Amino acid sequence: MDHVIEVSDVSKTFKIHHERHQSVKDRVLHPRSGRTELFQALDHISFTVDAGETVGILGHNGSGKSTLLKCVCGVLQPTSGVIRQRGSLAALLELGAGFQVELSGRDNVYLYGTMLGFSRKYIDRIFDDIVAFSEIEHFIDTQVKFYSSGMYVRLAFAVAVNVDPDVLVVDEVLAVGDERFQAKCIDRIKGFQEDGKAILLVTHSAEQVRTLASRAIVLESGKMIAHGDVGDSLKIFRDHLLGTAPATGSTATSAGEVHVDSVTSPSGTFDVRAGAGFHFDVHVSATRAVSGLFVLELHTRDGVLVSRSDPQANPVDLRAGVTSIGVDLPHLPLLDGIFDVNVGIYDPRGSNILAWAEKVATLQVTYGGRESGLVDLAPSVHQN
Amino acid sequence: MSEESLSLGAGATSVRVVSARVGLPTRLANLWRRRELLRNLISSDVQIKYKGSALGLLWSMLAPAFTLGIYYLVFSVFLKNGYPNYVIFLFSGLIVWNLFQNAVNVSTSIIVDRAGLVKKVSFPREILPLASVGAAVVFWLIQMVVLVLFLVIFHHAPDWGMLLLLPVTFAALYLFTAAVAIVMSALTVYLRDIKHLMEVLLQLWFWLSPVVYSYSNSIAPALHRHGLAAIYFINPMSLIVLTFQRTFYNATTVTSTLSGQPLHMLPTWSVGTFVALNVGLLIVAAVVFLLALVVFGRLEGNFESEL
Ligand SMILES: Nc1ncnc2c1ncn2[C@@H]1O[C@H](COP(=O)(O)OP(=O)(O)O)[C@@H](O)[C@H]1O
Ligand SMILES: [Mg+2]
Repeated sequence: MDHVIEVSDVSKTFKIHHERHQSVKDRVLHPRSGRTELFQALDHISFTVDAGETVGILGHNGSGKSTLLKCVCGVLQPTSGVIRQRGSLAALLELGAGFQVELSGRDNVYLYGTMLGFSRKYIDRIFDDIVAFSEIEHFIDTQVKFYSSGMYVRLAFAVAVNVDPDVLVVDEVLAVGDERFQAKCIDRIKGFQEDGKAILLVTHSAEQVRTLASRAIVLESGKMIAHGDVGDSLKIFRDHLLGTAPATGSTATSAGEVHVDSVTSPSGTFDVRAGAGFHFDVHVSATRAVSGLFVLELHTRDGVLVSRSDPQANPVDLRAGVTSIGVDLPHLPLLDGIFDVNVGIYDPRGSNILAWAEKVATLQVTYGGRESGLVDLAPSVHQN
Repeated sequence: MSEESLSLGAGATSVRVVSARVGLPTRLANLWRRRELLRNLISSDVQIKYKGSALGLLWSMLAPAFTLGIYYLVFSVFLKNGYPNYVIFLFSGLIVWNLFQNAVNVSTSIIVDRAGLVKKVSFPREILPLASVGAAVVFWLIQMVVLVLFLVIFHHAPDWGMLLLLPVTFAALYLFTAAVAIVMSALTVYLRDIKHLMEVLLQLWFWLSPVVYSYSNSIAPALHRHGLAAIYFINPMSLIVLTFQRTFYNATTVTSTLSGQPLHMLPTWSVGTFVALNVGLLIVAAVVFLLALVVFGRLEGNFESEL
């Protein structure tokens, strides 16, 4: 076996009880009732992870990400299929680690460590590192029930990363804790990557997947709908997150005689690689010939204006009937993301709007690199 | 639970296989592989119970001391059963029962109580009830020390020959207790009120076992007259309690402190009979223990939907 993790044809079916009969009394009184329904949380999933790889898992809430990770860790048994995992494994599944709140942090470190399968002697050796990483030196002998949730997570994370496992499994825990601690965790994960460890990472943040993962998997209702390159997977994830992109011109509003009919691209899609050029056509109909100024706006999904073109720079002369206006974007300085396109025609003085159409197209920009944010600054850095 | 470790020879890292069902040999191998976890769970259980202090330990002896005192008062002082050295007789049987009852009581709800852990960390789940049994054994050892103190104080010598048999009896007691604990812990996940049923059942079970009254006062002699003596020993606790009493009380026929008449306390079996019966019981207990693991394996598959 060459792979560190080998998931072969794994399915998981949960039994959902509609009326729970969890007592002898109820079972005796209602021997046949209590509907149960089967729910398939994972549907024939197969993939492998090699040493040194970091695989991101993306998907909506309820798509089966946590279930998949739990199967890999052995917390859940798959209904069918087999998972093979080589070497030691440390997992951070959702919040916390199942600490015993009555025990001190120190005792919990030992208990949790042995639970992960490490020996007491080994934990003795790394105990100081764990405590230092968690930054709760003063409270290590305090009962865990007096810990804040941040301290709890820090200690759990400190154990998981300091036992030096061959495989690290992380389920959305990077979202907790303050930013500084998060940065420290991400640093440690990067160190893991350099050491050739395998990492399986579930996170809500496309950002973290992009910066950390070498591959990504997208789950949708328990099915694996994408597996491969991070950029491609992120794009598929977004497609499914958004459902179908809004039909072109559907929300167009017009002011009288001028109307934005549609926006088309020669290829039929609005998918662009970052840094590449892009061309699209805006079809405007007018009842009479009219001059105007063309405006292009780009917004993020959160409504942040990314850019508005200068109306004075783009005068257009519209014929009576339909006029096609070609728009060339020579090279997009944008990074990974979805951008809504608004177009409009102002009057020649730029004081009145003749036609305006919101979200006539959705630009999907995919970016393969490791930069993050909205725009590519392409900085060149010199050491003086 | 669903893990399996294959040693790939010296130096090779282990391969864990997670799949739908785990066979009995693998279950046993996993338990053995995770023995350090078992030890840590036991020590943390003991620590929580005794809060890590000598006073806490003393405190925890209060309940068994109280039961011992009450039974002594009721049966020896008020009801005047006339058993000489009744405290020794009572304690040597009660100590067995305490282990069984403590372990089963705690284990019954252990998987439900530790749902947070079961849902987050992978380990053989039967380790949880086994750890509860382990903690009960630690408590039992403390009571054994107290029993020895009693023997010294009352100048009461045990049967030294029978003492050699005690490890066998204890192994049978341990395996049988663990089997009940394992099965009950899994059943409770599905039937939460089984805990209350178990409390009642344990009461009944206690009074059916010859702990506070002697074997001769039990239904055993009556059964024996009808050739049904074996029925009495379907309850494994009977033989275990009798063996402990025979070892520490060390008398089969005594003189009543009231009437001066001879009292038959224990069966007049030879040591050889005790050995044969106990070895037989150990074999049965081992089989029951393995069956319990198999049953647990069947039940654990749906824990996640019930917890
Ligand atoms: N123990 C369980 N019993 C029944 N259904 C469950 C259980 N755990 C998860 N599910 C269901 O399985 C689906 C996938 O859940 P999960 O893996 O937690 O999704 P994600 O982590 O991607 O948000 C959800 O619809 C959830 O309701
Ligand atoms: Mg989840």
